[in-house]
Amino acid sequence: MPHQVPWLIFLLPLFSFILVSFILRPFFNHRPKLGGYVTIAAIGTACVLSFWVVAEVFGAPGHKLEIPDIQWLLISDFSIHIGLMIDSLTAVMLVVVTVVSLMVQIYSQGYMEGDPGYHRYYAFMSLFTACMLGLVMADNLVFMYLFWEGVGLCSYLLIGFWFHKPSAADAAKKAFIVTRFGDLGFLAAILLLFYTTGTFDIEELHGLAIAGVLAGTTLTWVAIGIFAGAVGKSAQFPLHVWLPDAMEGPTPVSSLIHAATMVAAGVFLVARMYPLFEYSEVALTTVAVIGGFTAIFAASMGLVMTDIKRVLAYSTISQLGYMMLGLGTGGIAIGMFHLFNHAFFKCLLFLGAGSVNHSTGTFDIREMGGLRKVMPWTYATFLIASLSIAGIWPLSGFWSKDEIVVSSFANNPILFYLAMITVFMTAFYMFRVIFLTFGGEYRGGASSEHGSHEPHESSRVMVIPMVVLAVLAVFSGWLNVTGAFGAFMGHGEVCGFAEGFFGILTHPLPLISLLLAGLGILLAYAMYSAKWVSAEAVGRAFRPLYTLLYRKYWFDELYEKVIVVRVLVDGLCAALDFFDARVVDGAVNGVGDGTAAAGNALRRVQTGQLQVYVMAIAVGVVAIAVFCYLFG
Amino acid sequence: MDFGYLTAILFLPLAGIIVIALLPKPQARTIRLTALTFTLASFILSIAVFCLFDRSAGAIGQMQFEEKISWIPAINAFYHLGVDGLSLPMVILMTFLGFLAVLVSWKIELRPREYFIWLLLLETSILGVFCSLDLVLFFLFWELELIPMYFLISIWGSGRKEYAANKYLIYTLVGSAMMLAGILSIYFTTGSLGMMGLCGLSVASPVIPFAAMFFLLFIGFAIKLPMVPLHTWLPDAHTNAPTAVSVILAGALLKMGGYGMIRLCVSIFPEIALRYAPLLVALAVVGVLYGAAVTMRQRDLKRLIAYSSVSHMGYVLLGIFALSQISLTGAVLQMFSHGVITGLLFAMVGLVYDKAHERNLDNLGGLARRMPVITVVFTVAGLASLGLPGTCGFAAEFITFVGCFSSTAVGGIQIYTLLGVLGIVLTAGYILWMLQKVFYGSPLEKYDGVPDADNIEKVCIFSFVAVIMLIGVYPAILTDVIKMGIMPIVKLIGL
Repeated sequence: MPHQVPWLIFLLPLFSFILVSFILRPFFNHRPKLGGYVTIAAIGTACVLSFWVVAEVFGAPGHKLEIPDIQWLLISDFSIHIGLMIDSLTAVMLVVVTVVSLMVQIYSQGYMEGDPGYHRYYAFMSLFTACMLGLVMADNLVFMYLFWEGVGLCSYLLIGFWFHKPSAADAAKKAFIVTRFGDLGFLAAILLLFYTTGTFDIEELHGLAIAGVLAGTTLTWVAIGIFAGAVGKSAQFPLHVWLPDAMEGPTPVSSLIHAATMVAAGVFLVARMYPLFEYSEVALTTVAVIGGFTAIFAASMGLVMTDIKRVLAYSTISQLGYMMLGLGTGGIAIGMFHLFNHAFFKCLLFLGAGSVNHSTGTFDIREMGGLRKVMPWTYATFLIASLSIAGIWPLSGFWSKDEIVVSSFANNPILFYLAMITVFMTAFYMFRVIFLTFGGEYRGGASSEHGSHEPHESSRVMVIPMVVLAVLAVFSGWLNVTGAFGAFMGHGEVCGFAEGFFGILTHPLPLISLLLAGLGILLAYAMYSAKWVSAEAVGRAFRPLYTLLYRKYWFDELYEKVIVVRVLVDGLCAALDFFDARVVDGAVNGVGDGTAAAGNALRRVQTGQLQVYVMAIAVGVVAIAVFCYLFG
Repeated sequence: MDFGYLTAILFLPLAGIIVIALLPKPQARTIRLTALTFTLASFILSIAVFCLFDRSAGAIGQMQFEEKISWIPAINAFYHLGVDGLSLPMVILMTFLGFLAVLVSWKIELRPREYFIWLLLLETSILGVFCSLDLVLFFLFWELELIPMYFLISIWGSGRKEYAANKYLIYTLVGSAMMLAGILSIYFTTGSLGMMGLCGLSVASPVIPFAAMFFLLFIGFAIKLPMVPLHTWLPDAHTNAPTAVSVILAGALLKMGGYGMIRLCVSIFPEIALRYAPLLVALAVVGVLYGAAVTMRQRDLKRLIAYSSVSHMGYVLLGIFALSQISLTGAVLQMFSHGVITGLLFAMVGLVYDKAHERNLDNLGGLARRMPVITVVFTVAGLASLGLPGTCGFAAEFITFVGCFSSTAVGGIQIYTLLGVLGIVLTAGYILWMLQKVFYGSPLEKYDGVPDADNIEKVCIFSFVAVIMLIGVYPAILTDVIKMGIMPIVKLIGL
């Protein structure tokens, strides 16, 4: 394979961005579809090339390809190269990013139809895909940080895509600033790494960590710093607050960026730098604990949300927590495998939510209902994805979730229980959405001024990507039934397919988690479909708990109202501003006024009357004479 | 050297002044075109110098394009020009901004003849500071700059323009007086005024202690930079100055301070610089955070950008007094990058004010639909300012951070650097907040029919964007030059 191929994968979407924003947008604005076609063609080609790269990586010794570097910057002993790192981890991410992105771009042709910002949308989507591909292929931390911020920028631009809505503009700003807090840790870790090792190269850093040169507290701090970046990007506790708000963006954006790829970049980062975590007990435990806690913490808020996209957003945070838990307790393969499967079914869930929104004009599940009959394709694919995320055998989610549960069982009982409870919650909130959205009778859709919405199935351009993703949501997990995925990622042994496929049901752990998932579905059925139990009654019975969850544990209020507004902007910043105006500048003006006042006072001496001057001279002479006589 | 490139670059704007002055009853348009021609010629020549600049290893530590003519033999003063890796980027920055400042001033109606004369004189004087290699010449140009600034602010400014002009003049003069004392003490110690010959000064019997000389010079430069707490002239000057003057003030004039610190303070007194570096680094970090915190509270767009300059110039100070090869290179790149970015930000504020006649953030909003081009460019400038990768803001800040963090000159500098890094979150906060206030949200009725940028304005702002992206994507284009000027200085420090 020529070295240009991986470069091309990155450059194609970038060219598409340049083409759409600098040529199509200014000169072909009356042909909006064109931008979509260009983007789809570029990403489609990148997708094909990605599979080629995967095939090459699969055959290469050590599952690693060597690509020559390009010198970017050199100042004395400080040099930065631009290079690509193509190993099994990259290969998996390439597939995820290009496939999901391609599906979302096709879907967007239908979803964004008629939007005045069509070209802008596709330009940003291309740029995002380029940055994301750059991020997964970068071979050094500086280059990676560059794309890390790049995807953050695209996220900002796309969340605020409908910038005339104040809520969207607020959400965009919040996303950028909250993730930047995490990035601060990442940047600090990069600085510390360069200071201690003198290199930014990821492979060299792996080597140094494995050889034990990079060890002790330094290594722990570095790993924690990197993990801080991952926490921000993957919306883990305590930086989780931005992701639910990010749902203000167009739904395909939420699907691609805030479910399947960008938010998973944090998980990818930890996997990429895994040798550094592996040799630091503290860091690895931190990853596992934060992940495990976030999984249940976010799932609990997902239980009560009434906006379908917010439920999915909390579900994403929770699943990302699972991935972190998998990384922290099991290893790269376990965390990455869940990332791989999650990308497809979560992307599909969002596309389904978008499809439902197109049909009903709302995201509020209380206004939907009965869509099963009018939107059969959306219903079927949404159901498959929900079963998959709930971890029902033999769909893809089952396989990766099971591995995480097993590894946390082996590692720490508390984390294991958290993971198990989350399994139950996940099944419950997903089927709550299903029963409210698709079951029962239609409740009228958006109560807007446009009149009531007549629900209908979405156009074919939107349904086909959903069907493709549904197929993946069923089968992607089968890649590791034999342990092949794990072996590709560097550990685990391979067994026979049938043995793995059915044999797993003979173990107790998968059966327990299946049982819990089943109970979750049953409870959702009881509350929202069969109405054995009234949901309102349950809500009333647990009023304080319900309020706590519905108000998201008051984290938004704590961060925005208390810390940012009260303490920082109206507190510290106001005090400093006052200090600046009154004390610092006051001193300057004081010196000026003082000088002027002194001048004013001294001016009176200059009377212009000779008598006074002569008098003064006489007094002076006498005074000097007396002085000399006394002391001289 | 057959052709005096630097003399030509330096005096082309001056030639423009003479032409404008001699034109019989010129139209505003003729004046503008004349000014544009001469500043463009100066810019093209500086690019030529950049292309012809010898980047080979043998040229490290050498002044290039030197011109030396005896000027005042009695005090051993020369008309001595030259550029190295340190000053060349500053010269290019100034000629670039000088050219664009003329475009920015295209709509000046009030006394255009005088206006452009002062603007061109300002360009010559700043260029003179960057090219001079003789202390008297340096000081002459340094002081010359005050005259056009005073008139530009007090006549073409807005708001409390006389107050701002007076404050600027007097504040800077205090610094200049100290600088003059410093220069005189150097002269009476060594009998020489050649800036290059003085590097790493070590004489047995100085007239006053070296540390005193260092601080006399340093305070002059620190006022210009500006270093907290000597910064309060800046927001007033910016807020009340006309747009083009703000562009040059933030873009090039402040850099005279940073340039002077490296060229004189650090080069001539490396040991003193090393001794006081911990103090100055601490002040730099205070400046970064304090500036950013105060920025958060600003309601006037121009004042907001002005305070953000205070914060960003803190990084320059941090980079300089971390005293390592990388950090100094980063500081110089940061000066260039801040010059372009903040220049653009002020140009954009000017545009918004021109169209919407409003600078108060509380009254602005929803302009994105009305002025899409301005929105895009303002956003790019803002993102560059908050150090987004792919723009020169990131390249400069990242190199500065790496240099500072790995510096061995100051103990515990890692902590200072990390505190400085904290500034990038604050910057993201106020920049995004500002963008949201001005452009996002639902369109306001009072701004119906407000025009977008016209073609001349587009040329101007796209030029800025091109440079921001170019340096951001490939910073080596400048750092390869800058490091040649920094290497000999770092050798003097001897770490």
